[in-house]
Amino acid sequence: MSGVTTDQAAPETTDAKAIDVQGLRKAFGELEVLRGIDFSVARGEVVCVIGPSGSGKSTLLRCVNLLEEPSAGRVTVAGTEVTDPDVDIDRVRRRIGMVFQAFNLFPHLTALENLTIAQRRVLRRDRDEAERIARANLERVGLSDKASAYPAQLSGGQQQRVAIARALSMDPELMLFDEPTSALDPELVGDVLAVMRALAQEGMTMLVVTHEMSFAREVADRVVFMDGGVIVEEGTPEQVVGAPRHERTRTFLARVLDPAAAEVGEVADTGAAGKRADR
Amino acid sequence: MSLSKRQRARAIRGVQYGVLVLAVVVFALIADWHQLRMAFFDIEVAKALFPDIITTALVNTVLYTLLGFGFGLALGLVLALMRLSSVPPYRWIAVTYIEFFRGIPCLLVFIALGFGVPLAFEVALDMNITVMLSLGLVGAAYMAETIRAGIQAVPKGQTEAARSLGMSHGRAMISIVIPQAFRIVLPPLTNELILLTKDSSLVYLLGLSLTQFELANFGRDALNEHKSLTPILIAGLLYLVITLPLGQLVRRLEARTAKAR
Repeated sequence: MSGVTTDQAAPETTDAKAIDVQGLRKAFGELEVLRGIDFSVARGEVVCVIGPSGSGKSTLLRCVNLLEEPSAGRVTVAGTEVTDPDVDIDRVRRRIGMVFQAFNLFPHLTALENLTIAQRRVLRRDRDEAERIARANLERVGLSDKASAYPAQLSGGQQQRVAIARALSMDPELMLFDEPTSALDPELVGDVLAVMRALAQEGMTMLVVTHEMSFAREVADRVVFMDGGVIVEEGTPEQVVGAPRHERTRTFLARVLDPAAAEVGEVADTGAAGKRADR
Repeated sequence: MSLSKRQRARAIRGVQYGVLVLAVVVFALIADWHQLRMAFFDIEVAKALFPDIITTALVNTVLYTLLGFGFGLALGLVLALMRLSSVPPYRWIAVTYIEFFRGIPCLLVFIALGFGVPLAFEVALDMNITVMLSLGLVGAAYMAETIRAGIQAVPKGQTEAARSLGMSHGRAMISIVIPQAFRIVLPPLTNELILLTKDSSLVYLLGLSLTQFELANFGRDALNEHKSLTPILIAGLLYLVITLPLGQLVRRLEARTAKAR
């Protein structure tokens, strides 16, 4: 609730922060999904959020571009407080690229049109410029030959790469990824991760909710582990994934990294962590 | 019973065929074929109907239907959006409208607009306008519900993707949701068009001049003139000329949509 008292001094946050979240809470009716989150992402930083399902990590991501309305707290994106009721959220959103688990490509439009429609209708670019930028971004994700294909004619991995290209066509300052590979067949995951890896190397600010531990370990500057609507621990991948300090983190990682072994382990420590309470 | 299950099934099917054949034979024997042929298939009468039944009646049927459908579709879309509005009064208005016009016969609307309005307001509406309003006001109520269902059938992720690209709610509706909704509701909307084609015959109430006759009227007029059912049969066939291709179109569109999804 600190947001109420400091309202006057609002938007002057340090510009180095791409995302700044303070005291964020979100409840769906009785169910409290986020229970006080403080965290930030610096410009150019790649942050991976990991955690069991139901831990609130997707909700956190969706609060950043206000697809979910926070119940309390402050969210600032690139110097603009998005939780300010007077802010024009459409203007903020066009600077934030978002990639969904289910791709959410527009099925009635071709790949190229998927990339141009918001450029033309939101950024008011003319057709030639929008198409030029769209083709460049399709090229970037390795799909320049699919410009005239409809989403239904593409594989899941291709659809997700088109979705990334769609977000990039808006020249976003940062990108949000909501479990971008979770809906993909295992053999298609690699192409999508390769695109994301290249983006990270180009210096894009990225907040990624993922179950891909190898990606987190290799690409992330920082890993955040969430459980039960709070951040349990955060740090470099070496710290969080390599040498977790908390029991809950260890249990989760054991299950994700070696599902077979974890099932045995889970029987052993059911009482200890009580981590399934939130589901 | 010594019959096996399969034998019994075959026997029952045999009886069903037998009854059918018997019915046909009896009908063929007792029917007065000459009388029937003269009533329904009088070539001379049929010849006299052409070309007017096409150039006037068929054309007018299509015209009236399209007028009503076009107006109804536009109004139906507005009503559907009102029905989904976050502003409660809009919802109430839309629901009331839809319930009212779905619940009353189209005939009543024709009477109200064709006779009620001229008497009450002392203005005579143009014939085409009257038809457009009468068919459209009722059609809109049905189409509004169809379109609303179509809009709600578009996955929420579509709106979220559009909004996350910076589109306003209205822009997302126009560019993303409504085009997809229309693909979904194209089949039921075409069915509505077929229903309106038939309802367009209600214009007979308005008292038409010869050039305003549509198929049903034309048929009835010719029936009186020739004392033959042939015009009715031909008018009926011409309705099918309109409606059967529409049904075919629906199937084609459904197949195409299935492919694009």
